[in-house]
Amino acid sequence: MPNRSLSRAYAVAGIGNTRYGKLPEYDAYDLGVWALHEALDDAGLAVGDIDGLIINRIADYQRFGEIIGLNPRYCTITPGQGRFSGHCIETAVAVLEAGLAEVVALVYGNNGRSGGDRYGGASDLYGSGGAGLWFPYGMTSPGAFHALMAQRHMSLYGTTSDQMGLVAKTFRDHAALNPAAVMREPYTLEEYRHSRFIVEPLHLLDYCLINDGGVAMIITSAERAKDMKSEPVAIAGFGMATELAGSTFPPDDFWHGAGAKAAQDTYEMSGISPPEMDGLMIYDNFTPTVLFCLEAFGYCPVGESGPWIEEGRLALGGASPANTSGGHLSESYMQGWALNVEAVRQLRGQCDERQIEGARHIQYMTLAPMVTSIVYASEVA
Amino acid sequence: MSVYAKPLPRLDDANAPFWAAAKAHELKLQKCADCSTLRFPATRHCASCGSTKSGWEAVSGRGTVESWCRFHQVYFEGFGTEVPYTVIVVRLNEGPRLFSNLVGASAGGHESEIEIGLPVDVYFDDVTPEVTLVKFKPAT
Repeated sequence: MPNRSLSRAYAVAGIGNTRYGKLPEYDAYDLGVWALHEALDDAGLAVGDIDGLIINRIADYQRFGEIIGLNPRYCTITPGQGRFSGHCIETAVAVLEAGLAEVVALVYGNNGRSGGDRYGGASDLYGSGGAGLWFPYGMTSPGAFHALMAQRHMSLYGTTSDQMGLVAKTFRDHAALNPAAVMREPYTLEEYRHSRFIVEPLHLLDYCLINDGGVAMIITSAERAKDMKSEPVAIAGFGMATELAGSTFPPDDFWHGAGAKAAQDTYEMSGISPPEMDGLMIYDNFTPTVLFCLEAFGYCPVGESGPWIEEGRLALGGASPANTSGGHLSESYMQGWALNVEAVRQLRGQCDERQIEGARHIQYMTLAPMVTSIVYASEVA
Repeated sequence: MSVYAKPLPRLDDANAPFWAAAKAHELKLQKCADCSTLRFPATRHCASCGSTKSGWEAVSGRGTVESWCRFHQVYFEGFGTEVPYTVIVVRLNEGPRLFSNLVGASAGGHESEIEIGLPVDVYFDDVTPEVTLVKFKPAT
């Protein structure tokens, strides 16, 4: 049973991000510090006000603390996998609730583009770390893992390549309205069909970007957040579930089992269910993940996500506008962090041309061997 | 004689019995000596019961295709002349899964036959004098 007393007890008090794209003059530490300063300005705080520090993807928490001159009371670091953004935010609430800190800064820095990160090939560790065992068969990369899942979904349920293309195209249309997005040029479904295959059935445009950037968030009690500079956004509920056993191979249930558990806890804690969500932020590492996510989190029955998203449901103005920033596919691959920040901006009404009118509840979801979801609400307790 | 340019398995201690069996054209998986659960890749501990006692047992080599994909991107130089090539996930009749290749697929012979649930039989591909890869072909 989720702890319902956590609902709306904690809030996002500050958000910040760097520019996105190719930023070769900055390393991951620089990007993290840049984002942190933006988030502190947003909250009206100084570095010395932070007493909890959660680092993600940046290589070393010790070095980071040295750079910003901070000795936080609580400090931790998490692996540089996108599934950890939701995890870190949930951990921040747990740390606050346990009284281990009062103001937690979450800092993410990623210089993957300039650092020459590659997914797939000899350095690939995706799939439970045992990836090298399968290189002799040419099997490698998170993209191929998701291509295998997509092919199975297509075969079992009749999901089409065009439906995945519609996800990609919709998010690109959103990115066109977002001045911060890296890829803003809209394309047609026909152009999607002609984009080259990377690992079939996935085209280049089904893959997220690789770029540089940093994101930070400040999380504290709802009570404290109300006294800070910006409008607080409540963490109304969250959930986590994992599917680690057997995770070398693509899950034959598309992670629906773990997703449904995380969904149930999220909806129970928040008291908010899918029909009440005004917008969705879906971890779009690859387009099929968006479809699996909608099924796992109860937006549509298993196997029906393809038809469900047709007719513009995920587009701004549709019934369930998703990834209004352009997401990982078109805004920036900030491994979930920028999607959480976009949720906060939507609920504060700061999204200009891409604003979801009257947004009150936004759900963040990531579907992976570690599933997380967070519901944000504009009304703080 | 042409040089084999694709990645070769890392012959570590844990998985050595798997590759030794393959060289002898046998498919063997690790089997828990306490609860009899089969597993692969090799681990010290059984994920079902936690036992550290295990051996290697020959399995049927029969299974079904759980999914497949086709690589157009070249991630390994040795595959450069072979793209697009197919990778399959095989669910062995005994339960465990393997990533592998469907023999004949890249030559076009069986490509159209790939479908989920396609029954397959193990095929041992002696790629070098030392190494045999565990591949699959459509069951006859």
